[in-house]
Amino acid sequence: MTALLSLENLSVHAGSKALVSNLSFSLNRGERLGLIGESGSGKSLTSLAATGLLPAGLSASGSAILAGKQVIGAPDRELNQLRGTAVAIVFQEPLTALDPLMRVGKQVAEPLARRAKRDGTPLSGTALDQAVLALFDEVALPEPQRIAKSYPHELSGGQRQRIAIAMALACKPDLLIADEPTTALDVTTQAEILGLLDRLVRERNMALLFISHDLPVVANTVERVVVLRQGETVEAGNVAEVFGNPRHDYTKSLLAAARRLDDAMEGRV
Amino acid sequence: MSTTTMTAPADKKSHSLALKAGVVLVGVHIAIGLLTLVWLPYDPTAMAGGRLEGPSLLHWLGTDRLGRDLFTQMMIGSRIALIVGVGAVTIGAVIGVTLGLLAAFASKWLDDALAATLDILIAFPTLLIAMLVVAASDTANLWSAIFALGIALSAIVARLTRILAKRVLVMDYITAARTSGSGWPKIVAIHILPNIWPTLSVNFALQFGLAVIAEASLSYLGLGAPPPNASWGRILQEAQGTVYTAPLGAIAPGIALVSLAIGVNLLADGLRDTIDPTRRAR
Ligand SMILES: Nc1ncnc2c1ncn2[C@@H]1O[C@H](COP(=O)(O)OP(=O)(O)OP(=O)(O)O)[C@@H](O)[C@H]1O
Ligand SMILES: [Mg+2]
Repeated sequence: MTALLSLENLSVHAGSKALVSNLSFSLNRGERLGLIGESGSGKSLTSLAATGLLPAGLSASGSAILAGKQVIGAPDRELNQLRGTAVAIVFQEPLTALDPLMRVGKQVAEPLARRAKRDGTPLSGTALDQAVLALFDEVALPEPQRIAKSYPHELSGGQRQRIAIAMALACKPDLLIADEPTTALDVTTQAEILGLLDRLVRERNMALLFISHDLPVVANTVERVVVLRQGETVEAGNVAEVFGNPRHDYTKSLLAAARRLDDAMEGRV
Repeated sequence: MSTTTMTAPADKKSHSLALKAGVVLVGVHIAIGLLTLVWLPYDPTAMAGGRLEGPSLLHWLGTDRLGRDLFTQMMIGSRIALIVGVGAVTIGAVIGVTLGLLAAFASKWLDDALAATLDILIAFPTLLIAMLVVAASDTANLWSAIFALGIALSAIVARLTRILAKRVLVMDYITAARTSGSGWPKIVAIHILPNIWPTLSVNFALQFGLAVIAEASLSYLGLGAPPPNASWGRILQEAQGTVYTAPLGAIAPGIALVSLAIGVNLLADGLRDTIDPTRRAR
């Protein structure tokens, strides 16, 4: 079985400065991989490089094979066919990931209609509206009719993130990249969104690339992790191995920090 | 929800008041402008009464030094001002938005080159650029003035569009649209233009005012529409010799200019608040 996403010595540079260095991992259908590391360690850049969406001024080298196609150096038009079909991304900050001036129903309808068209079964009118409402149902949004007509600023943070997830699902991706999807949310909502992602990935048999610096969350969500530090891979392996028996000081310090935070939370509650 | 609606009414009221004032001011000029197409009180070029008569029931604003009815000329002035404003802003918007978007998407060196060119163009006063363009075309008429003003405005519009589009381009929802497989033309149409439109449209209103005033200045300098087009600027220029004996000839064009410019700005401000849902709710 060929991997959905396979990175080999992927590096990202800004001029001569390396932001991600020689990163390698691969991800099959149904697998879940966590990419962890402190802020600025290159997690988001990795996901952007893997989808060919690096901002201007940054360049990638090495190999990133997504759904059998080499992403590095591929023309944008080819990548566009992959994006929204093979892969979709859920971003960290749901408020900025949604167009403030477009009703959220329309925002979800957009990728839905595109995917349907690519599949040769175009959707429009009421059928499209129904499909949007069905997706809202799938991400457990209450009052889908009302919410479809709302603008992002009229929704709660958790609702917005559900919309963002619905937009990603609308692409029917084989691989879902979730870039710190719960960082901007409060603890209760976090748990709900994680539960939702977990269920969706299972039900749709998607692969999940889960990006986070929240170790407990990662431990509960994925099977394997890659630990990044300043763009370098520090450690990689099964969650139980890496977290149970960290070999690298950096991983130990991340774990210690997470534990301290945990203790503090429990002490307070 | 309840707290926002508590504070909303006062704000809303002043907004809708501004919008109404804008509608009335602009509406009056449009109504007059349209009326001139089918009816005028007097022949604008013929002697309609004595020279420099004061206001009367027959001549609401009096007559000028050639005995022509001033109110009739002011009416035609409204029509010309509207044509100039709409024409110049349309030309400026089409060229400016296109250039601005191109710059926002261009490679770094092309973007830098465009940005520098625009900065240099903008450093010249609008009026000066318009004068140069008019001077370069051999016949001064209304359309050469409109074209010249449109070109001059397009630099300002382009610079603003470029900045606004760049700001939208780095937003997550653009990346999100790209990850879902949206192509650039579509992203420009459904995300970028709608998001820069509220700010652009208010700027267009400002440009409208600028264009009308600049055309009046061109006419005042004799570079605008030639007679018998009674532009407000020409009325002003012709009245300046007799400003102490017949001050209305100078006052009326001034008031007309200011009322139209303010009206368009109030209208644009009010409209933006009704277009933009994030403002509407607040
Ligand atoms: N456009 C850019 N140009 C230059 N450097 C950049 C650019 N974007 C990101 N970087 C740098 O690359 C590094 C990695 O950034 P990245 O966004 O991948 O971090 P991250 O691991 O996702 O962090 P966070 O957890 O805060 O989201 C950072 O040091 C950042 O300053
Ligand atoms: Mg990040």
